[in-house]
Formats: sequence, C-alpha cells, structure tokens
Amino acid sequence: MVELGACPECLRRSWLLAALGPYVERVATGEVGSRSPELLRLSNEDLVQAAAPKVAGQLLARVEALSEARLNEELLLAECWACCRHGDLYPEGLRDAADAPWALLGRGDRRLLDGLEPHGAVTIVGARRATSYGREISRELGRELARAGMVVVSGMAFGIDGCAHRGALDGGRTIAVLGCGPDVAYPASHRGLWRQISESGLVLSELPPGAPPWKWTFPARNRIMAALSGMTVVVEAATRSGSLITMDLAADLGRDLGAVPGPVTSRASAGPNALLASGAHVIRDAQDVLDAMLGPGQQQHSGSPGTATPLDADLRIVLEAVEAGGSTCDAVAAMTELPVTTIAAALARLELLGYLTYTSVGTVIRTLHSGHPA
Amino acid sequence: MWTICRSTPPSVPSVLATARTFTLDGIAARPVRVEVDVHRGLPNFTIVGLPDAAVREARERVRAAIVNCGFEFPLRRIVVNLAPASLRKAGPGMDLAIAAALLSASEQLEWEGLAKVALIGELALDGSTRPIHGALAMAEQAREGGAEAIVLPAENGGEAALAEGIGVVPVEALGQLLSLAAGDWSPARPEPLPLLPSISPGAPDLADLRGQPHLRHALEVAAAGGHSLLMVGPPGAGKSLAAGRLPSILPPLAPAEALEVARIASACGRLGSGLPGGRPFRAPHHTISAAGLVGGGQPIRAGEATLAHRGVLFLDELCEFRRDALEALRAPLESGEVSIARVGGQRSLPCRFMLVAASNPCPCGRGEADPDCTCTPYEVQRYGGKLSGALADRIDLLAAVQQPSAAEIGGSPGEPSTAVRERVCAARERQEHRLGPGRCNAEMTPAEGRACPLSDKAAALLADLYARQRLSGRAHDRALRLAQTLADLAGASEIGEEQMAQALQMRRRDHG
Repeated sequence: MVELGACPECLRRSWLLAALGPYVERVATGEVGSRSPELLRLSNEDLVQAAAPKVAGQLLARVEALSEARLNEELLLAECWACCRHGDLYPEGLRDAADAPWALLGRGDRRLLDGLEPHGAVTIVGARRATSYGREISRELGRELARAGMVVVSGMAFGIDGCAHRGALDGGRTIAVLGCGPDVAYPASHRGLWRQISESGLVLSELPPGAPPWKWTFPARNRIMAALSGMTVVVEAATRSGSLITMDLAADLGRDLGAVPGPVTSRASAGPNALLASGAHVIRDAQDVLDAMLGPGQQQHSGSPGTATPLDADLRIVLEAVEAGGSTCDAVAAMTELPVTTIAAALARLELLGYLTYTSVGTVIRTLHSGHPA
Repeated sequence: MWTICRSTPPSVPSVLATARTFTLDGIAARPVRVEVDVHRGLPNFTIVGLPDAAVREARERVRAAIVNCGFEFPLRRIVVNLAPASLRKAGPGMDLAIAAALLSASEQLEWEGLAKVALIGELALDGSTRPIHGALAMAEQAREGGAEAIVLPAENGGEAALAEGIGVVPVEALGQLLSLAAGDWSPARPEPLPLLPSISPGAPDLADLRGQPHLRHALEVAAAGGHSLLMVGPPGAGKSLAAGRLPSILPPLAPAEALEVARIASACGRLGSGLPGGRPFRAPHHTISAAGLVGGGQPIRAGEATLAHRGVLFLDELCEFRRDALEALRAPLESGEVSIARVGGQRSLPCRFMLVAASNPCPCGRGEADPDCTCTPYEVQRYGGKLSGALADRIDLLAAVQQPSAAEIGGSPGEPSTAVRERVCAARERQEHRLGPGRCNAEMTPAEGRACPLSDKAAALLADLYARQRLSGRAHDRALRLAQTLADLAGASEIGEEQMAQALQMRRRDHG
C-alpha cells in the first residue's frame, strides 16, 4: 500500500470504471438518476448491475483478479502514481462529495495535492467553442490567479479550458482533470499542453492509464473539478453546455460560483449571464475571484487597478474606443477624430503596456490588465 | 514472271539547305537550325528532331502553302531535321523557316542571304503568315546569335522592333520571300509598339474606397515599400475592391522593367497593342493548381506568379487555396524566380511580384465575434492554419478589415489614386537612392534592415518589445522594414518613435 499510494481495493474501482466504459455510455442519459455522477455513487456491485447486468459477474471477477503487483506495474509503466480516499494525499475537497472518486491517478507533481484545500484552488470552466474575448479572459484569469498563488483547475479541453491552463502555466500551478487515463492526451492536438502540465503541473483522473474517454466520463470528471476548488468560474458557455453541469455540481457541494459577464447578445455568454442573474459572483478579473473566496481586501493582487500609470490623452481616447467595442484600427478611427497613424501608434503602445492583445485575424481585444504586466 | 530489281544508287547527290529559327521554352527563345534534305526515293516528307504535334503538322501546312503560292512541292524524299536534336520543339512558329529551307533545297528560292537571317512565323494553307508567341524574345535571341535580321509575320513586327540592333522584316505571305531574295523589295522597319500610359482612363481608382482610413494607409505602405499584405475581414468589406486599386497607386514601370513584362506577355500571347506601362495585376481563382500558379508542364508554361512579375499577385480567399499550390509559392517569393527542373535541364522564370492576399476570418466568413458564426473550433483552427503557415511567414502587413459604416459608404469619395501615387513614388525614390535601382524596402536583407538609421526612442521601443520576448528575430526585422517604409513615406531621415510604433501595430504577428 505504501508503494501504491492507494489501497488496491480503491484502485480496482478505477479499473472497473474503465471496463464499464461502453456500458455506462448506454445507461447515462442525462435524466435525473441516470447521470454519470449519480451512477458513480453506487457501490461496485450495484454499479455493475445497473450498467452491465448480463456480464456483471464476469467484469467483477476480472477486476478482482488484478493483483497488487499488476496494478503497481501498470502505474509505473505509465509514469503515474495514485492516491485514494483512505490516504493522506487525497484532496480535502473531494471528501465532501458523496460521489467522490475512490482513487485518483496522477501524472506530474504530486506536491500539488499535498495540503490542497478548496480555498486554495479555483476551477475555470467554459465552452470549447469560445470567442477570442472568452479565450483572452480565460488566459488572463488563469495567469493572474496562478500568480496570486491559487491552483488553477480545469479540464484541458479546447477553448476556455486550454487557455486557462496556458495562462496558469505562465504564472504558477495548474491541475488538469481528464475524462480519460492520465497518460492519454485528449484532445490529441493538446498533447503539447498535456506534456507541459504533466511536467510542471499535475494531470489527474479517476480512470486507469490508457483508458479512452467516453461521453459520460466528461460530466464525471466535472464533479472532480467542482469538488477540488472553493470556487468555480464559468467564462463562456451556451445555455445548454457541459460547463453548466460543473456549475450545478459545484453549487450542490456548496462551493462559490462565479461568472464572467459578456454581451447580452452573445450566445457564448448566455450561460454566465444567466448564472449572474441567479446570483453568481460577478468576475471581472482575478481580484474579484480572490475577494469572493477570501473576503474583500484579504489579498491584494499585484495586477489590480490602482497601480496603473496614467495614460496620455491619445492612448486614453483609443483605449476607451476599444473598450466601447472598436476592434480594428478603422473602427477606432470611425469612433474618434484621431488620424489613423496616431491610432496605429497608440494601439501598438497599448499592446506593449499590456492593455490590448491581438487575435490571429488582426483584431484587437482588451485584456484584463489595467497596468503594466509584471 | 517477276524479278526483283535492286534500285540503282542515286546518281544525283541529295541537296541540303538550312535556315535559322527559334522555339519557345518557357518564356525564353532557343535557337533551332532547320536542315532540309531532298533526295531521290519514294515521295515522302518527314520531320525529325523531337517535334511536338504542332510541329509535326507543319508538314501539311508547309505543303499546302508551297503549292498555293505557285511553287512546286518536290516529289522526292524530304527529311527535315530540327537541330539540336535533343531539344523539344513546340508550336507552329517554325513553319516559315521549314518552307524557306525546303524551297531553297529544291532550288526554287535562290537566296544567298538566307544564312544571315532568322525566320519565324506560322503559315496558313494559302501561304499567308500568322502571328506567333514570343516574337520579342526571339528577336533578341536572333541578335545575340549574330543574325542580321529577323523575318517574321507582319503582326509581330511592332513587338520585335522593340529589340534594338537587329533588322526586322515583316512579311505577309510566303511568296514575298522571292522578292526579298531578289533584292527588289525591302520593307521598312516597323514602328516599335508604343508605351501605353501607366493608368488607362476609367481604370479602378482608390477614390472608390470610402472611409476605411486604416485599410487605405495599409495599401499605401504596402505599395511604397513593396510589402506583402494580408487583409482579413468579413465578405463584402472591400478587400477585393482595395486589392484591385493597388496597381493604380504603384509607381509606373521603368523602361527596362516594362520590357521584362512585355517579354513575358509576348511569350504567353498576351501582349496587346502596346508596351504595358502599368503594373500587371493577376488574381487567379482559388482552385488553381500548383503548376498553374508557379508554372510548369511540358513544354514549360509560365504560371500566374510569372505573369505577375513586377506587379501584384492577388490571392483572394487565401485559405481556400490548395495547400500544395501555396507551398509552391514559398521559394519563388524568397528568390524572385521560379526554377523548374526538367530532364533537359533547369529552367528559371522571373517572378518578382508583390503578394496581396485576402481571407475571411473563419470558414463561414462572419467571424467568431458574430453570434451567427456556426464554425466549430476545429474548422476555424484548420482554416486559420493556412494563415499561419509557411507562406504567411513571408507576409509583412496584416490589415483587419471591417464593414464600412453607412456614413462612410454614403460619404464623400476618398483621396484619388494620383495623390497617393505621388507619395508612393517619392518614397520609392528614397529607397532606390539608399538600396540601388529597382529595389525596395521589402527586399532588404536583415543586415540592410539593421543598418537603417533609428532614433533613440524608436530603438528603445523595439528593444523593449524584443526583450519581453514578444518578438521573434524575423518579426524584429519585419518591423524594421515596415518602419523604414513609414519613414520613407514621411520623408524622414531616420525612423522616429511614432513610425516604429505604427510599424509594430501594422505588422503581421507570428502567432496562429
């Protein structure tokens, strides 16, 4: 048990879940009572009966037959380690959840879990199909929260998740929770990000090495993300989005909810805007997250307003035009009376000062920064 | 009873005659010697020496032309050899030379001067001549080969007369060779084609572009420094309109450049009624193949890149182009020439053009900020992948284009092309003064770029950005080149802080 870091019984549960992958896929429908996190509350026997009654005995026997040495070998081969609900390393936050995973398999720096309290971590979730606004905010939130010492938890998906991780890698510590084995880079085009996180952060999963993702494993990993942190922030999500499942799960656990406001006309911001209407914390920058989690003024964040240097008149006019929605040089020119050459130069300076950033198609977006980047 | 008789050896020796002509290889003329051998035997007419189908069919044209001009077609065994035998001959341009050599071999045309001239031209069945492609290059090549004059169809006379130092003899029919040989007729040298005005009346003018000051400025900078430009914006925002107005603000072609352009146009059969004074503008459709874009095939044909030599190559819907076609443009963009390897050797075609490209922000064209955009992240990523590919690496300027507002569209026309062009020409002059004739800032080597005089504040700005690692080495040089163009446009002797900042804003960024 010392060698494994988790008791074999808990680990076998992980292997059982992987074996049940295709069967649970058929049962989990999203209806109340048959959502994957609800199914995962069941004991081994009940779960197998519910998901795969015909082959129940066979599956259970196969998993029971896995020896401690075999489990150990599989973990070593995949360069993973494990912890279970009976161990010290198991995160405090997960103990609150009735459907908490029995064991967690990790790849990367296990010290990130050491003493990880919910109030030391923030989960950032959001749509895979994110706008450049959402991606930029997500990156900034990830970076600034990591700089402020928070562990940034996300799901390594396209869009918001990936940007939150990238930002956090810039600033500090991050945990990716996967819906597949911790040694599987999914989505495949994020394998570079996966490698970076498993080297300088931590990749977690409740599934054994090599396990492929199923549809049901994503809401299942969302419950881990929600439980790990004290606050879950949604950056962008449509009204029927998997990210909102995470918010529901976090709310069930009594965690704080935060949402980044967006234009009321934007479909991508419909989810967070609806959450705001029902009372979620308004998240404009990292400081809002810190204030909501730790109490106002408990921790001053370095990149907060107040440290900004005053801007020249031209820069201020151009910045205001960008904030009012001008995303190209021409749009800013139409909103201000300035010559286009002045605007171009001002945009370049604002970018240098960290107020703006450029998208791949050459439009500008306002960053969360109000002052010099550190 | 029949006996088999052996034919006796010919008592009359065979008669040989030669004439000089050319075949077109890409846009270059290659000298060809026509040798005609007429001797006894079964009447036969063969052409050897790697002829293509058009050359092989010269047999029928030449036979009919000779008979219809009142000559006699020798009923003997005729062999035409096109030397050098290893070079592929293409096109109908050798008809006239084959006919002249054949008439000379059958002693119907006694012309001592035949060895001193080159003949090119296609023959009609009635013996009249038809124009051919590449007469300008052929006339120049004839001069290099030491010919005194070139005999060619009257329609090609004006174009060949552009080549100085060689006689140009236009003929309208095969029969006129007789009068030439007798020396009782010598046609006047045709007038060389006139230089056309660089802007034809009614051509698209930049005044049509209303509002959109940044786009106008980007066009001006691109034209002034020869920088490649990428415009990204929703459909209908004016990208194609802007690109089409670019030739009207580019400086007129220098005489030597105009001749280069004319040579290419002549070889492709596109030379009109005069020497082009304005710069070529080519806008190939996005379904074009790699060979169509850079040239290729057998025999080698010039591609769009070569046709855009000294002008503008506009790739609308850049992301819709086939990847292999875009990849094929990389090396030519860098070196200014296309080289095509064939069994017969390496051929190179000139292609120093300005690349202008336009693209939608995503496959549906609305852009991700639009709530109606239905593109999936994977689609957008794959689409944008072409924007960040190796070709985009050669692009200096990126202009984000937006729909002009109603007020702008209904507003007054913009500054006309002539005014912009004056500034562009002044900036180009400064560049030529600094870099040498015909060169522009976009072609500066990194060493030349770093030698640009920089004010202290501009240097500090660039160094600041570079130190924060927001700039790659290549992007650093790109920013310098752009800033130098902005300084040239402003008439400044060194790059100021304002120009540096503008250049940093206008450059294409490296991230995807």
